[in-house]
Amino acid sequence: MTQHTGSIRFILNETDVVLSDLAPTATLLDYLRLERRLTGTKEGCAEGDCGACTVLVGRLVQGELVYESVNACIRFTGSLNATHVVTVEHLAAKDGTLHPVQQAMVDYHGSQCGFCTPGFVMSLYGLWLSSDRPSRADIEKALQGNLCRCTGYEPIVRAAEAVAAARPSAVFDPILKVRASITTRLQHLKTTQTITIASGEDRLIVPGTVTALADILADHPTATVVAGSTDVGLWVTKQFRRINPVVFINGLDALQTIEETADGLTIGAGVSYSMAFSKIAAAYPVFGALIDRIGGAQVRNMGTLGGNVANGSPIGDTPPPLIALDATVTLRSKAGARTLPLEAFYIEYGRQDRQPGEFVESLFVPQMPQSERFAVYKISKRRDEDISALCGAFRIALDDSNRVTSARIAFGGMAGTPKRAANVEAALIGRQWNETTITEAQAAFDADYQPLSDWRATAEYRQLTARNLMMRFYLETSGETVQLHRFEGVA
Amino acid sequence: MDNTPFDDRKTIAGPMHATLRHDSAHKHVAGSADYIDDMPEPAGTLHGALGLTDRAHAEILAMDLSEVEATPGVICVLTARDMPHSNDISPSHLDDEPVLADGLVQFHGQPAFAVIAETRDIARRAARLAKITYRDRPHHTDITDALANGAAVVTKPLTLQRGDADAELELAPRRLKGRMRIGGQEHFYLESHIAFAIPGEDDEVTVWSSTQHPSEVQHMVGHVLGVPSNAVTVNVRRMGGGFGGKETQGNQFAVLAAVAAKKLNRAVKFRPDRDEDMTATGKRHDFLVDYDVGFDDEGRIHAVKANYAARCGYSSDLSGPVTDRALFHADSSYFYPHVTLTSQPLKTHTVSNTAYRGFGGPQGMLGGERMIEEIAYAVGKDPLEVRKLNFYGETGSGRDVTPYHQTVEDNIIRRIVAELEASSDYQARRAAIVDDNRTSRIIRKGIALTPVKFGISFTMTAFNQAGALVHVYQDGSIHLNHGGTEMGQGLYTKVAQVLADSFQVDIDRVKITATTTGKVPNTSATAASSGTDLNGMATFDAARQIKERLVAFAAERWQTTPDKISFVANHVKIGEALVPFPDFVKQAYFARVQLSAAGFYKTPKIHWDRNTGRGTPFYYYAYGASVSEVSIDTLTGEYMVDRVDVLHDVGKSLNPAIDIGQIEGGFVQGMGWLTTEELWWDAKGRLRTHAPSTYKIPLASDRPKIFNVKLAEWAENAEKTVGRSKAVGEPPFMLPISVLEALSMAVASVADYRECPRLDAPATPERVLMAVERLRAGKV
Repeated sequence: MTQHTGSIRFILNETDVVLSDLAPTATLLDYLRLERRLTGTKEGCAEGDCGACTVLVGRLVQGELVYESVNACIRFTGSLNATHVVTVEHLAAKDGTLHPVQQAMVDYHGSQCGFCTPGFVMSLYGLWLSSDRPSRADIEKALQGNLCRCTGYEPIVRAAEAVAAARPSAVFDPILKVRASITTRLQHLKTTQTITIASGEDRLIVPGTVTALADILADHPTATVVAGSTDVGLWVTKQFRRINPVVFINGLDALQTIEETADGLTIGAGVSYSMAFSKIAAAYPVFGALIDRIGGAQVRNMGTLGGNVANGSPIGDTPPPLIALDATVTLRSKAGARTLPLEAFYIEYGRQDRQPGEFVESLFVPQMPQSERFAVYKISKRRDEDISALCGAFRIALDDSNRVTSARIAFGGMAGTPKRAANVEAALIGRQWNETTITEAQAAFDADYQPLSDWRATAEYRQLTARNLMMRFYLETSGETVQLHRFEGVA
Repeated sequence: MDNTPFDDRKTIAGPMHATLRHDSAHKHVAGSADYIDDMPEPAGTLHGALGLTDRAHAEILAMDLSEVEATPGVICVLTARDMPHSNDISPSHLDDEPVLADGLVQFHGQPAFAVIAETRDIARRAARLAKITYRDRPHHTDITDALANGAAVVTKPLTLQRGDADAELELAPRRLKGRMRIGGQEHFYLESHIAFAIPGEDDEVTVWSSTQHPSEVQHMVGHVLGVPSNAVTVNVRRMGGGFGGKETQGNQFAVLAAVAAKKLNRAVKFRPDRDEDMTATGKRHDFLVDYDVGFDDEGRIHAVKANYAARCGYSSDLSGPVTDRALFHADSSYFYPHVTLTSQPLKTHTVSNTAYRGFGGPQGMLGGERMIEEIAYAVGKDPLEVRKLNFYGETGSGRDVTPYHQTVEDNIIRRIVAELEASSDYQARRAAIVDDNRTSRIIRKGIALTPVKFGISFTMTAFNQAGALVHVYQDGSIHLNHGGTEMGQGLYTKVAQVLADSFQVDIDRVKITATTTGKVPNTSATAASSGTDLNGMATFDAARQIKERLVAFAAERWQTTPDKISFVANHVKIGEALVPFPDFVKQAYFARVQLSAAGFYKTPKIHWDRNTGRGTPFYYYAYGASVSEVSIDTLTGEYMVDRVDVLHDVGKSLNPAIDIGQIEGGFVQGMGWLTTEELWWDAKGRLRTHAPSTYKIPLASDRPKIFNVKLAEWAENAEKTVGRSKAVGEPPFMLPISVLEALSMAVASVADYRECPRLDAPATPERVLMAVERLRAGKV
């Protein structure tokens, strides 16, 4: 029997907030602007793509207080229990003295129309908190989720570099000075009890434990499980979908662990892209580089690998490399757990092998033998913060005589699901790993994929680029430089 | 009286030509700069949402709004019939732009009704519950479609002609024809459209509108309500970006908010969602340019004939002047000895395209630069050499007359280009790139230097006027108001500098106030880069009037002559006496001197006769040039902009920081237009790229990796503009044409630069790769 309490509690800037009457799909942005009249946080797109609504959310990660930038427009208020929400209004001192990040934006002419500016300030403040000496690459990465139409970004980056170089003392930094007390307050707010807020037919449920989650899904098999809301958020803001009940799992610590053993990585379904980055990048640098091109920092701070896998999108970025790496997915329900190869999870467009009451618990990525070669390439109209036109992952094993002994190739954007290139793989296996083999195997792509034309790319371009990416993979394995890099040493 | 010794070298804070932060910068960063949606709402404020149609071209047979009306929280639903006086808001006065579709849908997403509800969320959800029955008609969404189906135009085309292009094309040693497709562009101002109306007594209504053109909103609201302009007040303190997208497109939201406010006697706000904004408001025009150019073996142009066909959308809006300006810039910086240019403003079943930074000029210029590029590949030269051969000559050289018969009198393009060519080390870098491309298998590089010459003035002569209202209060503080609107470009700051400079007081003494039709009437849109030129001069005029009265007063009071009186750093100097400005003003007040003035300005010299295609439509030209270096991946078409050098002419800069901001920002926005920003319609005529998830404007990581921007510091406007400065809003937008041409060069390298790749815009990675494939296959 699950215990119920009926309110979401968090800290907003300095104020304790207790909400016991809350719609499951109410957004943080509306709460800030409409109910608190904190109008510094702007709505630019309501889909997590422009960053005008950027705020920081502090939460306890393994007991330590971590602040992350998030998009308030697609962040549901119901997911904020035991967090500290920091808005742009909180940065300046009481006497109006601007925070060094704000002052640098003024001094370097980083604002013109000013509408995107609070969002940029919050992203830069997030960077200030997390990094002492950010490089230009770090700055651009921190700003991937912020659009500015006026400045061309140059003065904003100059402002960020000036702050990084001077690192002025944060005498009144509103977060640094209250870190300890906020930590204590959040510890008190954190609960293993399940929170349920019901209003009419609406049910907002925040399970306190994974066991409770399994129970809740057994009772409500049609419930929508929300981890980062970077996808589900748009169902609400753009499609007006009524989702009910909504089960928020972002507070479940047990789903947010990454275990590293000699066999491989076990990644909890609730691990955000940002949290997963370092372990994945250490094992597979190109996979890390791919993660850096998913959404902006705000989306990576909210979105999870589990969600990316579970939503079944044919253009999700992580399934192709996970399939190439032979990852498995573990699903849990009240009845128990089962594990299956990730590629078997995808049945057809819009349909996955997830039974009612089941949820994705974890992913396991087996350690790839060092002798094997692996790469993943994402192709999009804009390099960063764009959805793939196609995303291809390649993995091969060669024997001592340079013969291909195994090949795993998987693509997103080429079919209704993330899908392996079985014919291409067959055309490679047993052959010498050389340009002739590649050229001949390229033809097999036609048998594996019949991609669509849409606004991201034509079918012709997708097919041609898929073939060319295999050539890129081959050339890279032979030591040629065949990719553009904006920064040395950064993929 | 202040007896402290006065230092004559003492200066004020914030004079003209000084670098100064944006007047609202400290508020922008703190989140305390209020946009219209941030204003406190009066009790009972209602919210509107548009009801969008989902056919590109269809008759509306029936519109069942019962479910919409029955939704709890919905107050009323407005249709075309509810417009009290008129359902038309055509800014061209051709009566072709309904507020709400009345029986006929002409683009996918055209609003047919509006819902007014207790909350925005209720209104938006209810707007989806309408049941509309249509009878479909055939739709033509793009230029090729429109051309193939009768080529109807939304407004009268223009022809510019000088000499005999047909005959000279026949005679020219060489000749080539080509076609270029140029994509449109979404403005993507970060603040979507918004209007907020509060009803007043009698026929009065006050509207806060995110508009670049308050006077037009005032006229449209009055027109639709059937009330005189004096009943309507339109206010705007700031916009979250405009770029031309808020010149006419705010009208429908303002009108609907005002109609609902008057009908219900409650405050009403309309704030479309990003997707609705992108679906229901106009964009930059796409063009299809067909050119025919005659030249000699050196690459010198003999004759040009070109047709500029544009996707205008379903109504005229500003398409006439936009396509005109395209033709005005088809010469770019080059002299065409014989020329015929024609425009074709095509009607399409798409949202009506509108003003966007450059106003057709960028598309015109891009066509001109493509001709140069074609010639260069044909004669085997660096395009820069061909450019130099064809630049307008000095005044009197016989090579100084434009296709519209204006003589270019202030030509500095050769000096700009020569300085940039040297400072960017263009020649050595180009040689190195050609060298590297020989040995690099996959990654190829390109470099290009392109010029900009942009005509400044509204081509509609009447619009080149402006007003300002200046009050000096008894305490010496100054209130500034003018007809220009602030959308981030720094207009308010620059004009405040002009005023501070005029009175020689610190700029902190000047209060910048929101633009309102109640203070300065009959204003023009803040557009055509003209904001500072016009409003700065009008403000200067207002200050002049007040100063003249003050000088007359001082001459009498101190028994001296006006030439002994001057305004110096926060003081007035009368002979040897120095009076602090506030004390002086106080005395003037007690002497009953009028301390308020309405200033006015109209641009001299200009005239334009569209029927004959002759005149002097531009007061002057702004110049600039850029060098871009890029790398492309010939396996995928992906690219990076490695380095950009810009040298740009803003005359004598009023505020170098703001001007550089306009150049950097304009460059990156123009680069987006030419690279990743692609508008994509499906077979149903539905725009599918209507949000940032699908429409990709540049990010910080897309801006040039090395970005050197310099002002031509020696430049000074030859005309008597405010402080001899030049307009800066639009001209830099065309600088990134060099990015497109550099991409083209990198592509051309795969066929040893024998063929012009004819890269269309936007050059997405897909277009780059397909051009590579085309050249490799020998098919151009």
